[in-house]
Amino acid sequence: MSARADVLAQARRWYWQRVSAMVLALCVLVHLVTMIVAARGGLSAAEIFSRTQGNWAFAAFYAVFVLACAVHVPIGLAAIAREWWQWGERFSLLLARGAGLLLLVLGLRAVWAVFAAGS
Amino acid sequence: MNSVSNAHLNVRIWRGSAADADGRFVDYAVPRQDSQTVLDVVTHVQRVLDPTLSYRYACRVGMCGSCAMSVNGRARWTCRTHVAKVLGADGVLEIAPLANLPVVKDLATDMRGFFDKWAQAQGHFQGAQSRHDDFARVQPETPQRKAADAGIECIGCAVCYASCDVVQWRPQFLGPAAMNRAWTLVNDVRDTAQLERLRAVAGDAGCHSCHTQGSCTEQCPKGLAPTLAIAGLKRTVARAAVKGKL
Repeated sequence: MSARADVLAQARRWYWQRVSAMVLALCVLVHLVTMIVAARGGLSAAEIFSRTQGNWAFAAFYAVFVLACAVHVPIGLAAIAREWWQWGERFSLLLARGAGLLLLVLGLRAVWAVFAAGS
Repeated sequence: MNSVSNAHLNVRIWRGSAADADGRFVDYAVPRQDSQTVLDVVTHVQRVLDPTLSYRYACRVGMCGSCAMSVNGRARWTCRTHVAKVLGADGVLEIAPLANLPVVKDLATDMRGFFDKWAQAQGHFQGAQSRHDDFARVQPETPQRKAADAGIECIGCAVCYASCDVVQWRPQFLGPAAMNRAWTLVNDVRDTAQLERLRAVAGDAGCHSCHTQGSCTEQCPKGLAPTLAIAGLKRTVARAAVKGKL
């Protein structure tokens, strides 16, 4: 990769990490409030599932949450690999892409499981 | 203030050269004086106790940026650092060369890498006018002029560079001072090398690796905010990248 393309890629990665962080800030807030309200309200697991099953708004919200994680986490992970473990650029990015893919698959699978629970 | 009442300071100074693998701290007893600075202490050791001690200083009034050292684990300008303010409860003053720079000998570090990075960050002014043109008129109230003003007083002491974790983790990282300088030029409306400069400060060796921890801003003896300058560079580079100009 040329030096210029490299710089452009790094600038883009920073930009996407920024944008995903904004999305995550909102998602984490909504997620925490929902969790606390649900738990304090005394809802059982079955009652929670009955609300999430077939609920497209719920599925869309958590799909966005998972997507934002899959964008945000790998970029930070690559930086940790470079700076703390002194890995090379290539292996750091490989690790990051692997972790991103894993997060995406596991996350979306979890969303699907709760969306389609029991069905 | 038990240190003030003591007649002597317990001083530990790093001794050793780049070629010398067994660098170590050596203890000295230095007479305590009122309003004594750390540089006064080092100068006493060199002039009275051990003339082989190497260190660097010039102006002694916080203008030249040459006397920075690590004092009790923190990078500081020693000429303006009073002993009373940095002495720990154990009464020991530990003085070492600046971190993140190779040691030439004792307290003198090799600053070449630090200043080479200023050049890499395109830290020089590139204008389009000659001496035959009239003076450029830059209004003091404009946001660009204010942003340039905020970072212009850097004395190049490398305290920020020695305090930066990212410099330690990524040896290629340009560091806070070089990017602070670049930011003042990004805001110089007369400068004509803007795109080259943005390319020079973008990427892993530049602003995008900064974690915004703020050690540089906390430690800067001139009260500058390189963290803010780097954040400005990130925004400007991102804007250029989105527009496809980078």
